[in-house]
Amino acid sequence: MATFQEFIQQNEDRDGVRFSWNVWPSSRLEATRMVVPVASLFTPLKERPDLPPIQYEPVLCSRATCRAVLNPLCQVDYRAKLWACNFCYQRNQFPPTYAGISEVNQPAELLPQFSTIEYVVQRGPQMPLNFLYVVDTCMEDDDLQALKESLQMSLSLLPPTALVGLITFGRMVQVHELGCEGISKSYVFRGTKDLSAKQLQEMLGLTKPAAAQAGRGPQQPQVPPSNRFLQPVQKIDMNLTDLLGELQRDPWPVTQGKRPLRSLGVALSIAVGLLECTFPNTGARIMAFIGGPATQGPGMVVGDELKTPIRSWHDIEKDNAKFMKKATKHYEALANRAAANGHIIDIYACALDQTGLLEMKCCTNHTGGYMVMADSFNTSLFKQTFQRVFTKDEQGSFKMAFAGTLEIKTSREIKISGAIGPCVSLNAKGPCVSENEIGTGGTSQWKICGLDPNTTLAFYFEVVNQHNAPIPQGGRGAIQYVTQYQHSSGQRRIRVTTVARNWADAQTQIQSIAASFDQEAAAILMARLAIYRAETEEGPDVLRWLDRQLIRLFMFHLRRSPFLQVFNNSPDESTYYRHQFMRQDLTQSLIMVQPILYAYSFNGPPEPVLLDSSSILPDRILLMDTFFQIVIYHGETVSQWRKAGYQDMPEYENFRHLLQAPVDDAQELLHTRFPMPRYIDTEHGGSQARFLLSKVNPSQTHNNMYAWGQESGAPILTDDVSLQVFMDHLKKLAVSSAA
Amino acid sequence: MNVNQQPHMASPYGQPQPGYQGYPQPGYGGGHVPSGYPAQYAPYNGPGSAYQQGPPQGMRGPPTSGAPPVSGAQSYSQFGQGETQNGPPPMGAPPQRPPVSQTYTPGAVNLSGPQPPFSQQFGAPPVSMQQMTNQMASMQVGSTAPSPAGPGYAPPSVSQAAMSAPYTPAAPPSFPPTSAAPSQPPPTEAVARPPPQSYYGAPPPAQQPFPNAVPPFSSTGPTQPQAPPPVSPQSFPQAPPVSQPPFSTAQVPPGPTQSYGGPLPPTQPSFSRPLLPTSQPSTFPAGPPPTSTPSQLPGVMQPQPPVSQPSPYHSGPHPTSTGFPPQVGAPPRPPFAGMQGPPMAPQGPPLASQGPPMVQANHVPPTQPGMPPGPISASMSGPPPQPGMQGYPPQQNGAFGQVRGPQPGYTGPYPGQPNYGAPPAAPAPAPPATKRLDPDSVPSPIQVIEDDKANKGSEPFTTGVRGQAPPLVTTKFQVKDQGNASPRYIRCTAYNMPCNSDMAKQSQVPLAAVIKPLAPLPPDETPPYLVDHGESGPIRCNRCKAYMCPYMQFIEGGRRFQCGFCSCVTEVPPHYFQHLDHTGKRVDCYDRPELSMGSYEFMATVDYCKNNKIPQPPAFIFLIDVSYNAVKNGMVGIVCQELKTLLDYLPRENPDVESNIRVGFVTYNKVLHFYNVKASLAQPQMMVVSDVADMFVPLLDGFLVNVSESRVVIESLLDQIPEMFADTRETETVFGPVIQAGLEALKAADCAGKLFVFHSSLPIAEAPGKLKNREDKKLVGTDKEKSLFQPQVSFYNTLAKECVVQGCCVDLFLFPNQYVDVATLGVVPTSTGGSIYKYTYFQASSDQERFLNDLRRDVQKPMGFDAVMRVRTSTGIRATDFFGSFYMSNTTDVELAGLDCDKTVTVEFRHDDKLSEETGALMQCAVLYTSCSGQRRLRIHNMAVNCCSQLADLYRNCETDTVINFFAKYAYRSVLSSPIKNVRDSLVNQCAQILACYRKNCASPSSAGQLILPECMKLLPVYLNCVLKSDVLQPGADISLDDRAYLRQLVSTMDVSESHVFFYPRLLPLQKLDVESISLPVAVRDSEERLSRGGVYLLENGLNIFLWVGVNAQQELLQNIFGTPAFGQIDPNMTSLPALDNPFSKRLREIIESVRAQRSRYMKLMVVKQEDKLELIFKHFLVEDKSNNGGASYVDFLCHMHKEIRQLLS
Repeated sequence: MATFQEFIQQNEDRDGVRFSWNVWPSSRLEATRMVVPVASLFTPLKERPDLPPIQYEPVLCSRATCRAVLNPLCQVDYRAKLWACNFCYQRNQFPPTYAGISEVNQPAELLPQFSTIEYVVQRGPQMPLNFLYVVDTCMEDDDLQALKESLQMSLSLLPPTALVGLITFGRMVQVHELGCEGISKSYVFRGTKDLSAKQLQEMLGLTKPAAAQAGRGPQQPQVPPSNRFLQPVQKIDMNLTDLLGELQRDPWPVTQGKRPLRSLGVALSIAVGLLECTFPNTGARIMAFIGGPATQGPGMVVGDELKTPIRSWHDIEKDNAKFMKKATKHYEALANRAAANGHIIDIYACALDQTGLLEMKCCTNHTGGYMVMADSFNTSLFKQTFQRVFTKDEQGSFKMAFAGTLEIKTSREIKISGAIGPCVSLNAKGPCVSENEIGTGGTSQWKICGLDPNTTLAFYFEVVNQHNAPIPQGGRGAIQYVTQYQHSSGQRRIRVTTVARNWADAQTQIQSIAASFDQEAAAILMARLAIYRAETEEGPDVLRWLDRQLIRLFMFHLRRSPFLQVFNNSPDESTYYRHQFMRQDLTQSLIMVQPILYAYSFNGPPEPVLLDSSSILPDRILLMDTFFQIVIYHGETVSQWRKAGYQDMPEYENFRHLLQAPVDDAQELLHTRFPMPRYIDTEHGGSQARFLLSKVNPSQTHNNMYAWGQESGAPILTDDVSLQVFMDHLKKLAVSSAA
Repeated sequence: MNVNQQPHMASPYGQPQPGYQGYPQPGYGGGHVPSGYPAQYAPYNGPGSAYQQGPPQGMRGPPTSGAPPVSGAQSYSQFGQGETQNGPPPMGAPPQRPPVSQTYTPGAVNLSGPQPPFSQQFGAPPVSMQQMTNQMASMQVGSTAPSPAGPGYAPPSVSQAAMSAPYTPAAPPSFPPTSAAPSQPPPTEAVARPPPQSYYGAPPPAQQPFPNAVPPFSSTGPTQPQAPPPVSPQSFPQAPPVSQPPFSTAQVPPGPTQSYGGPLPPTQPSFSRPLLPTSQPSTFPAGPPPTSTPSQLPGVMQPQPPVSQPSPYHSGPHPTSTGFPPQVGAPPRPPFAGMQGPPMAPQGPPLASQGPPMVQANHVPPTQPGMPPGPISASMSGPPPQPGMQGYPPQQNGAFGQVRGPQPGYTGPYPGQPNYGAPPAAPAPAPPATKRLDPDSVPSPIQVIEDDKANKGSEPFTTGVRGQAPPLVTTKFQVKDQGNASPRYIRCTAYNMPCNSDMAKQSQVPLAAVIKPLAPLPPDETPPYLVDHGESGPIRCNRCKAYMCPYMQFIEGGRRFQCGFCSCVTEVPPHYFQHLDHTGKRVDCYDRPELSMGSYEFMATVDYCKNNKIPQPPAFIFLIDVSYNAVKNGMVGIVCQELKTLLDYLPRENPDVESNIRVGFVTYNKVLHFYNVKASLAQPQMMVVSDVADMFVPLLDGFLVNVSESRVVIESLLDQIPEMFADTRETETVFGPVIQAGLEALKAADCAGKLFVFHSSLPIAEAPGKLKNREDKKLVGTDKEKSLFQPQVSFYNTLAKECVVQGCCVDLFLFPNQYVDVATLGVVPTSTGGSIYKYTYFQASSDQERFLNDLRRDVQKPMGFDAVMRVRTSTGIRATDFFGSFYMSNTTDVELAGLDCDKTVTVEFRHDDKLSEETGALMQCAVLYTSCSGQRRLRIHNMAVNCCSQLADLYRNCETDTVINFFAKYAYRSVLSSPIKNVRDSLVNQCAQILACYRKNCASPSSAGQLILPECMKLLPVYLNCVLKSDVLQPGADISLDDRAYLRQLVSTMDVSESHVFFYPRLLPLQKLDVESISLPVAVRDSEERLSRGGVYLLENGLNIFLWVGVNAQQELLQNIFGTPAFGQIDPNMTSLPALDNPFSKRLREIIESVRAQRSRYMKLMVVKQEDKLELIFKHFLVEDKSNNGGASYVDFLCHMHKEIRQLLS
């Protein structure tokens, strides 16, 4: 067996799973002593180009409470054509189609390398994809124009059979009827009044698609149901393009000192309602493009008086954000409705000021939607990000999946405490659900309306085996992840990942347990937990909790990160950062917590350097990737050279190359990252340099710089403690018994 | 009743025919037709000619020789009248009561029956009856008339004698007798006196005299029928009458005589009169003369006159009217003479001489037929002794008065009438009685109208004279503004207001003004000048805020002015200062409209604007129902098609400039569809608002657009709307949200405007203002009936209030196939100055034209927006009540979201102090409004009327048409709060009080049984009856609740001319149409009796035009009109006449067009063939007849009224 390092890597590559512990303590008592719980980061749709889906359906355990999927860990009696469920030990008959099964003729799901396998469900109708654009019209003409172009462009990226719809809003909310000849029709709703799905259905004159009832017949050719508001792209491409082209800025006058009235809350509500009554449980994306905060109606986050600024963390702490609770409630309700129907809500918020992401976070977080924050629709950040939403894989399918549900089955010795990530609980109680909730708990099934290959959830487990009931040597605990989702091709698919880990007695095999610790995974898992608590509890308490729990360097950065620190961040920014953190995979998450810093100089090839102020040297170019930003920082000298224009002189071509190197690397990062990071090119003393300075470890500050001498690094003007100080304290604490 | 009446009617005719020669026959008997027509024509034409024809009279001159007889005739008539009047009173008093009840119907009805027998005996009486009527008429005319009647009648006995005389002996002799009857002369005198009273006040009397004169004829006429002898008498009488009228006028001064004189003076006066006539009229006007005359005359006459005269006059009216009808004919007489000539001829030379008069006579005869009964009654009353006399009584007393004397004999007549007959029982008499009151003997609207035309139509009406009543609305006249508002803007019920409230209460005459602030003017009159007083705004009184007007008195060399309304002294601003001349007038008086005119406009400053902001130009929003019904009946297509062109004709102030009015479009069924028609769009955008519970406007920019800029988009939209909804299956509609939508749109655009709502059905869809079907005919006639006129939800009242605040006027076009609850839907239109148009069972093919014309007119008509009207008055009176289509948030300001040129507001005044005779009563109506170009303006109308301390002056200067307008509006509003029966009763009661007060205080004493009507109000009963039997107050089974509510609301904004024709439709005999002339044929009275089976008639009431075709209409006529000679081939469904190339057809179509042009709503033409089932509808408009609903006939009602009056007097 390889090292744990390799094992972990292999597991991640194959199954998209990383556990905090790869050998599990065999009793509950021991597990609680470990501080870091047994938990996993799981990426349900980990890209596996090498894994062709198999065209039949999984074989399920016949026990009603189990229904686990046949997997390589099951014991199979080839002669009797029986298999034993490794979770409930039920013995099951193979279905007739498996009649030819034998030790040499095994179905894929029994092969060990197929611990992760994907089935295609043949039954049921091929469901269309729905894309419902919800477009704010209260924005500057430039922005609106850019947005219109992006939207028009997006039409060409959609599959021809996808259904699209358009809702625009400003003071009013307009639901556009598509495909009208000679006249463009829209249904208009007042932005101050929420509507139930039923009311909406009546007002839009919609009846449930007849296909829902009639279409259950086996192979009845399914005409994708459509209605006046959601029509196939191929049919109304031109029409919609024109319609978008004619979109006007919200015509209602905005008087001096007022914000435009923006009915975002109702617009989203209508969008949700429209899909709810037309395409329940069918993959759909509501893509909201908003240029500012909701200022009226349900879901408003700020009044229309410009003199009252939108709430800040300060206000929230002082309980002075009068719209926040109501708005949050509104959006939460919407998010739950959308999630219940398997619909995704994406929010593209492009404004210099806050737009109320804090209140709306549920919409994206519960439905697996994207949250994108930018300064303007007229930036490449938005344009590229939006374009990247429609990225396709080799098969030409979108790298997105819809209306997923994820179910976890566990061995008897371990139970599920909960999940943290873009999901909602399906409230499926079962034998493997722990009473101890962490995150979204109390269930063994979650709904994940929107999935992409990076979507990663954290699952927390609890070892329930009692101390006095030792597990036999060599016993393994198994966990099965069953993810059902609608593929972007319209197929329903089921991906099953079954993993097993060894049990170990913590008293006798503490070494092996310690060796199996996955530091990175554990850090991220704990970070998620911390953020989850930060979202639900008061900030300082979380830090204190974290301080008590954590003993690692990593946490130094986490403590300072915007995920936990709200200082200097608006509530929206915090929300945005946390949103991303909660859904990205381990690698990306690590970057978020501890940005990567590369140094470029004439002294050698680019090298990663410490995220420390001492790394900031005049003759270096630094490239920092924080996930959200990519900063190229030219040291003082380099910057002077550049200003002097040396790079343009043939004799200094090497300097030109030096300048170009980080840019090329940055481009590479930019191209692969979603959402697109903010790209910052700055220099010593530049205003944008703050992005770098705020991240590095302030080992040199104005307080101690003279003590350290001036030969290297750059002082950071901060009162924050440096890693050195942090570590000193930590050591003191670790050895004292007070903790 | 009807049944009875009709038969009776028939019988009278039939009977009379023989006796009377055809007159009656003409109408009924086809064979007689020719003669009949002439006869009828004669009357009408007769009068005209008579009047006009000075010569004829001259001609008569010769007859004058015959004059004596003539006079005799007159005398007869007078006597007759006198008798009747007198007769009735005395008679009536005791017996009357019982008869009273009977009187009504019976009176009239019986008459016919009994006639035969009586006729002989009474033959004379009937005549007298007519005479009575004539006299009445004369009375009225002469003003003096009233009095004379009384006295004149006193002689009745005489007359009776006369009457008898005519009968038995040759007419001439009879006349002499009458004349001979010394009594007669006196009566005349006496008559004279009374007349003065009544007449003096009004110059009109002069005119009336003519009528009077005529009456005599008619009276004579009656005699004619009796027999050949009578004929001659008739002729005579007629002649005299004719002459008389003129004379009478002349005499009038002696005046009273007229009426009287008619009779008495006849001989003498006749001569003199002719000479004087013209002058006389003028003289009459003078108040003093009357008195003097009375005194003078009285001297002699007094004894007799007093009694008989007054009554005659009053009562006279009836007789006169009856007489008048003939009289009316009078002008035409000459022709008639010719016409009748033949018939008359037989009668004798006298006729010939009096030929023209004879014509009348002809009429008379017909009347006579009726008369017989009349006579009976008359005989009843005065003549008691003389059976003949009774004939008269019947008229007035009808049932009443006669009772006594006649009773014995007459009772018969009554009895004859089913109802009444009973008590009197005297069956025998009854038959003879046949004393149904002769319709010709009662005041005739046509006569009055024609008289007014003749007397006032020729010269411009100048408004400078205070207290002068304008010509009737039916008269075409020109107005010269000399300081008071034109009658086109303001008409008052009384031009002489009582000085104090006691008088006002006593008389019960309503004091009201009917104001039509933006009335259109004929092209030859100048529209109000626009005055700009600069930045400080119009000059106003400091205290009462009255605007500068001719009543402001400048003092202190022009540095200050004293308000004519409140007497407060205000400084003249420096920029407005001007020196005074020696009379105290400002030197620039005639340069400034506000100092010399009755009507003018001020530019309003920003202070007069809402929110102190210059208003935006107004907007028109078209809201079209596109539910299944509306699409299916073609409305949607028609509206959209029409709007495409109509939008070029939006109102504008300067024809050269494009209209500033912006337009917007909405369609709706259960949801609303707004349209963005911004010019920059390639295609219109439709925005559906389904959230009707909480209406809002989904767009701002692009909803209200300038037509010329967005023309392409608008046309594209209008083309598409019908297509889009062609296959709709939505049947439910909303209504409240529709208006809310329009209102919100105007709010959003911050402007005033008008909504045109095209709606088809009861709004039952779930939405604010949702209605349920509450049509329940069982409630009709119960105390809960009023609820049918009340809105079923209060939602619309609230909405209306909001609309008014925004200046949002709503016009509603309804296309219902069933009950839509107009009472509720109409709340907003009627509170915002809007109109309701209703096209029940709309079908594109037949109703399109009407709808489109209405729509065009409605869109194009000049109007003001966001208006506030305030009426200020002299201290002493106060505007207390307002009727019309508006909203009032306080007690003084009439708020009109929209005010178009057809909208009228009726204002009632009450005393809160004394008025002075010197200063009179002033009123100033100021309307602040936004013009269609967005200019804020004030339109000022000033009106000054006299004040009087004598009731007689009040009665002399009333305008019945206006009074009726007020009554109708008052009653129509009262039905909202009181049971209809109470409303009707109170109307009758008030009317009776008015007349009783007159009788008590103004008429010379006479027997209580006489019906004496003030000249100016002699039509009050007939018109009031029309109001009482209108669909709102007395619905038939076939009229829907919606129709009633619709009519109720419609009447509330009518001006006087509309209400006049609405209640008393105009009925034109087309067979008398002169294709060469530009004048219309003289109308006939609205009674089936007046229709000839051989004729074709045009009837219009402002809402409909009927073309009634008699079964025996001449083929040539039919050929000319319909292009087919066969009655049977006329398509009763046609809605327009074929355009035939013959002068008659052209002229007829011209007439129809011109009639339509006069009315604010396009009138659909219906062809009604006699004896066709559609005729029932038509008959509904023959308002003098009994109606199917139980409405009384004119004659019956008059009797009833008389009874009421007598009860009040006793």
